Amino acid sequence: MNIIVLTKVVPDIERVKFDAARGVVDRSSAPQEINPFDLNAIEEAVRLKERHGGRITAISMGPSDVEQTLKDTIARGVDEAILLTDKKFAGSDTLATSYALSQAIKSTGDFDIVICGEKTVDGDTGQVGGEVSEWLGIPYLPYTSRLDYEDGKFKARVELENIIYEVEAKPPLLVSVTKDINTPRLPGFREKLNARKAQVKEMDAEGIEANEGRLGFNGSPTWVYKIEVPEEGQRDCKIYKDPESGLKEIMIMLESRDLI
Amino acid sequence: MSLSDGREILVFAEQRRGRVHPVTIELLGKAIELSGNRDLTVSAVLLGRDVRGEAQELIYYGAKRVYLFEDPSFYNYDPFLYKANLVALANEINPYAILFGSTHIGRSLAPRVAASLQTGLTADCTNLSIDEDGAFIQIRPAFTGNILAHIKTKTSPSMSTVRYKVMQRAKRDEKREGTIVKMTPLPNDPSWEVIDERVIEGINLPDAEVVVSGGRGLKRAEDFKMLEELAKLLGGVVGSSRPLVDEGWIGKEHQVGFSGNTVKPKLYIACGISGSSQHLAGMRDSEMIVAINSDPSAPIFRYADMGIIGDIYEIIPKMIENLKRR
Ligand SMILES: Cc1cc2nc3c(=O)[nH]c(=O)nc-3n(C[C@H](O)[C@H](O)[C@H](O)COP(=O)(O)OP(=O)(O)OC[C@H]3O[C@@H](n4cnc5c(N)ncnc54)[C@H](O)[C@@H]3O)c2cc1C
Ligand SMILES: Cc1cc2nc3c(=O)[nH]c(=O)nc-3n(C[C@H](O)[C@H](O)[C@H](O)COP(=O)(O)OP(=O)(O)OC[C@H]3O[C@@H](n4cnc5c(N)ncnc54)[C@H](O)[C@@H]3O)c2cc1C
Repeated sequence: MNIIVLTKVVPDIERVKFDAARGVVDRSSAPQEINPFDLNAIEEAVRLKERHGGRITAISMGPSDVEQTLKDTIARGVDEAILLTDKKFAGSDTLATSYALSQAIKSTGDFDIVICGEKTVDGDTGQVGGEVSEWLGIPYLPYTSRLDYEDGKFKARVELENIIYEVEAKPPLLVSVTKDINTPRLPGFREKLNARKAQVKEMDAEGIEANEGRLGFNGSPTWVYKIEVPEEGQRDCKIYKDPESGLKEIMIMLESRDLI
Repeated sequence: MSLSDGREILVFAEQRRGRVHPVTIELLGKAIELSGNRDLTVSAVLLGRDVRGEAQELIYYGAKRVYLFEDPSFYNYDPFLYKANLVALANEINPYAILFGSTHIGRSLAPRVAASLQTGLTADCTNLSIDEDGAFIQIRPAFTGNILAHIKTKTSPSMSTVRYKVMQRAKRDEKREGTIVKMTPLPNDPSWEVIDERVIEGINLPDAEVVVSGGRGLKRAEDFKMLEELAKLLGGVVGSSRPLVDEGWIGKEHQVGFSGNTVKPKLYIACGISGSSQHLAGMRDSEMIVAINSDPSAPIFRYADMGIIGDIYEIIPKMIENLKRR
């Protein structure tokens, strides 16, 4: 089975700093990591391969300095990691990102399944999977919390909040997985060591035969023209160190707001 | 037939099991406000089986035109099938903007439609407006809710998914008139076969007016009973931070946060929750936030309106007592 996983490298969101005055995100303030939701996508790919054999290719688009971080995908069981990197990709919104990713997927040849995460912790749109599936013209199984393959068909549990579908669909298709689908294993020492020696394959715009007008700023219909960083401690919290007086004030608040 | 020529705000009326999802009424409310004194028409598109009654309701809620696609195959959601019909409609009417609810259906359907139309899509918006130049302004949280991005779309139509429970609902008025435009569905070509469909009964966190949430300050799964009692007295429901859901102490339908539910109740009580960005992302817009935590430096206090520094095992039973005594 030919399996493709899409993984994005993101800043560690607990540590990244925001400059409220200038309205910018200081990406150098935090170490980078594989998007936490994509660890579930990688784990699911590895599980499919364990049961059905095959090969896993991880594709990521980003600046060239993410290469070391991408080796983590190899330590986790990916056979080949591809990094799409080119100045022409800079400023891509989800439409341009999904176009580049779909071109890269096409360039790897036939595939049975593309697996991506539910969303990222930075851009946080959850749109890239759906748009890649549209560029490729294949079915899209979103919010998948269980995945199997049997008799030439994928069987998946698709969660639409309180409505749960069990669906079947034929390959090739694209699946976005939720964090509930599995618990990602930690890579072992030996896997980490081997991954350090492995190569990440770089590809540029020409390598994926991209139409340049569809890439980067020019290929992106949306435009973030302003970033607002809400000041820390937005609310003026009334703190009670003495529980009795705190509880009294809470009762008064509940009454004044018609909550009791 | 070009019905509108870029002068229409089209609302995707999401239905589940034949009933329109309430976020649709909020989208109509926003669309009516945006159309204001501009020359814009509010319309809706509904795909489903036997949903003519719901189409009429959309008119009562302010849609001037409802594009109705009726077919048994639309009873269940299919991103591929829904997309094909929406794209056909959009190409025909050339709307100014298309709005979807930021539900799992909206967030998975809109990207397919946007990529097919080769237009921009802004995710999970919490505010929408139109500036003096007629540009569509979309505001959305990003970076796990730590920042707000202001976004414009260079292409047409502008497309957005909009967070549930943020916009004002439209008012219902049976005197309103509008047209139901019966559409011819495209040939049926489903992309998946739905073998089974189940509905999870039970709590609905996003709709709750009071949420009492527990975090790792709880020592045992049984201690959720204490929170349940408090929630009940306040007419609310119990929420949880993620670690306790991962432990299996409570179902994931109770999880609040970035990978769980977004809530905006009148009252949110955080009990033994530190206030990580992932938790805050799901509740920071609550009207009133009360935090109870033994650690004075817990970040949750910076995002709360009232806070008690202390032990939840001492404070919550007292609060329950106070409420019962009334
Ligand atoms: C503040 C801010 C707000 C933004 N808002 C929007 C917006 O509303 N609309 C819009 O179109 N763009 C927006 N963008 C741009 C968008 O973040 C980028 O296009 C980003 O590269 C991809 O989107 P995402 O991070 O939201 O991914 P998501 O769609 O959340 O990612 C879903 C999955 O797709 C895969 N994936 C995503 N990106 C990559 C990648 N680079 N390489 C490999 N796999 C990947 C992963 O498997 C991931 O789990 C915004 C950017 C910023 C900084
Ligand atoms: C991709 C990703 C997605 C995530 N999504 C979510 C999400 O959706 N929702 C979510 O909640 N988390 C999420 N998390 C996890 C998040 O990062 C935090 O780990 C989590 O929110 C912490 O939960 P907590 O506050 O209950 O626990 P802790 O951070 O351990 O806090 C426990 C608090 O309880 C206090 N306490 C202890 N004992 C008592 C007592 N007796 N009385 C009073 N106070 C006491 C402590 O002082 C402490 O502040 C996500 C993480 C990642 C990486």
